[in-house]
Amino acid sequence: MPVLLAITIGLLATAGLYRLLGPSRIDALVGLILLGQAANLVLFASGGLRHNAPALIEKGMAVPTDPLPQALVLTAIVIGFGIIAFLLTLVLRSSDK
Amino acid sequence: MTPDLQLLLCLLAPFVGAVVCLAVGPRPRVTAGIAILAVAVSLAAALGLVAATADGEVFAVHAGGWSAPFGIVLVADTFSALMLAVCQLVTLAALVTGAAVLPAHWHRRHFFPLVLTLSTATCGAFLTGDLFNLYVWFEVLLLSSFALMAIMRGREARAGAWRYVLLNLVSSLLFLAAAGLIYGKTGTLNFADLHLRFAGADDAFLVKSSTALLFGSFAIKSALLPFAFWLPSSYPQLPPAVSALFAGLLTKIGLYAMFRVFGMVFGTDTFPHRDLLELLAVLTMLGGVLGAVAQGGMRRILSFHIISQVGYMALALALYTPLALAAGIFYLVHHIVVKANLFLVAGLVERRAGSSELDQTRGLLRAAPWLALLFAIPALSLAGIPPLSGFFAKFALLRSSLETGDTLATTAIVGVGLLTVFSMLKIWRAAFWGEAPEAGPAKPAAPPAIASSLALGVVTVIIGFAAGPLFGLAETAAEGLREPTAYIDAVLGTGNAPEPANTAAK
Repeated sequence: MPVLLAITIGLLATAGLYRLLGPSRIDALVGLILLGQAANLVLFASGGLRHNAPALIEKGMAVPTDPLPQALVLTAIVIGFGIIAFLLTLVLRSSDK
Repeated sequence: MTPDLQLLLCLLAPFVGAVVCLAVGPRPRVTAGIAILAVAVSLAAALGLVAATADGEVFAVHAGGWSAPFGIVLVADTFSALMLAVCQLVTLAALVTGAAVLPAHWHRRHFFPLVLTLSTATCGAFLTGDLFNLYVWFEVLLLSSFALMAIMRGREARAGAWRYVLLNLVSSLLFLAAAGLIYGKTGTLNFADLHLRFAGADDAFLVKSSTALLFGSFAIKSALLPFAFWLPSSYPQLPPAVSALFAGLLTKIGLYAMFRVFGMVFGTDTFPHRDLLELLAVLTMLGGVLGAVAQGGMRRILSFHIISQVGYMALALALYTPLALAAGIFYLVHHIVVKANLFLVAGLVERRAGSSELDQTRGLLRAAPWLALLFAIPALSLAGIPPLSGFFAKFALLRSSLETGDTLATTAIVGVGLLTVFSMLKIWRAAFWGEAPEAGPAKPAAPPAIASSLALGVVTVIIGFAAGPLFGLAETAAEGLREPTAYIDAVLGTGNAPEPANTAAK
């Protein structure tokens, strides 16, 4: 699982960077979105990956999952969504005239 | 009022102001009044904080009552209080000017609420004691500045704005990835807690990858040279009232983050990129000033000067002696005031002469002597002529570079200083000397714009004549960065370094 995630992050970052350097603004936008997903996955993986482990546990129960990275990723996703919406508007408006 | 309340007031006043402005709707006079009031309240609170932290005391507010390092902390030490006060001062000046001179479509497109959210984010970035929270404030800051830039009209302006947006977003993503890596390796994002974990760690795996990402991110934000090209293509397009705001705040917040994270969190021995930072700083100083020398418009010259001056402050961080760090902080304070003022004066020149291109303006010294005075104060200060503020900043930096025996730094400081004088003289010679123009003012002068520019000029002179006390403050701030015991005590509780087992059990 960690290996798969690492490869995915690498692929996303590579593809993102490639598109970011592309000629049109839509290219750059797609590149930013892909790079953003790569960064989100890095953040997500930072707490360690555990299968089926609960985030909130009672005292003495098995090893929990770290809930903090998930909260951080949620924040980052929301911010990223807002920024993509803004960028799309910017692209649309600058192609008006 | 207790310092804790002042800290919260500083952050909340512009936020509440922004909400009220949006609720009131597009009524320029009312929203302008609200915005100026909100920033003035925040400025007063920031000045209170400066007084409270002047002896090196640190105040921390634990948001929601969550104890650090689990919750988010807002921390005010001498450094952040100083930066808060100057930034709010500059925001106030830009707001007053903007209310008086900006064209109507800026007011219609929510100029005031956007400046207020920008101001909130500035305060948040200075006050936060948490790496991820710093990222969030950066995003708030960027989105506000993007929206302000999107108000601009014209193809070239949009292209400049696009470059700015794209590069700054890449910088944010680098920052986000760095925050993820640091959390994965240390299990904490709190500055004080991170400092304890990094102290004395020479583990390359732990430190180098994360600092490399952070370095790239902050270098883009603070416009160090290989990453600085978004700045001269976007700032000159903005109206001077807005570019004064951006010039005063944006790159300087990147530098603040650099000082805070590399200067304090990683500390003396563990920050591995000091040589690289010094090299880039010298390159930035030189490249910025050469760019300025080659330009022919006031706004473009001033934009390139921002880059050059950012190099000075980054060099102070790279030298990292107590004197150099204090010089860097003093430089930040002086530079924010002076640079914003120069853009405001460029706006005044445009109103008087119809343009700020150097080949279309001349003879302003005869036509408007007051304008020449307003320009001369910040320009001479930027060039480092005593007794104005820039002299003391450069002198302290030069002395610390001589003490460390760093010939590269010394040569760069002196040489770039000379070139700065040269390019300021270029503006002076082209725009102010010569026969007075036949035509009268292109637009009538706006008294509030002159007043805010004059106020910043007076502050520059005061900084120059009160350099002793202010440098004392800067030394306290630098000491707080190098030896953050007070900071750690305030954030984590006295003598209470958390055990690693403690965090594992969360």
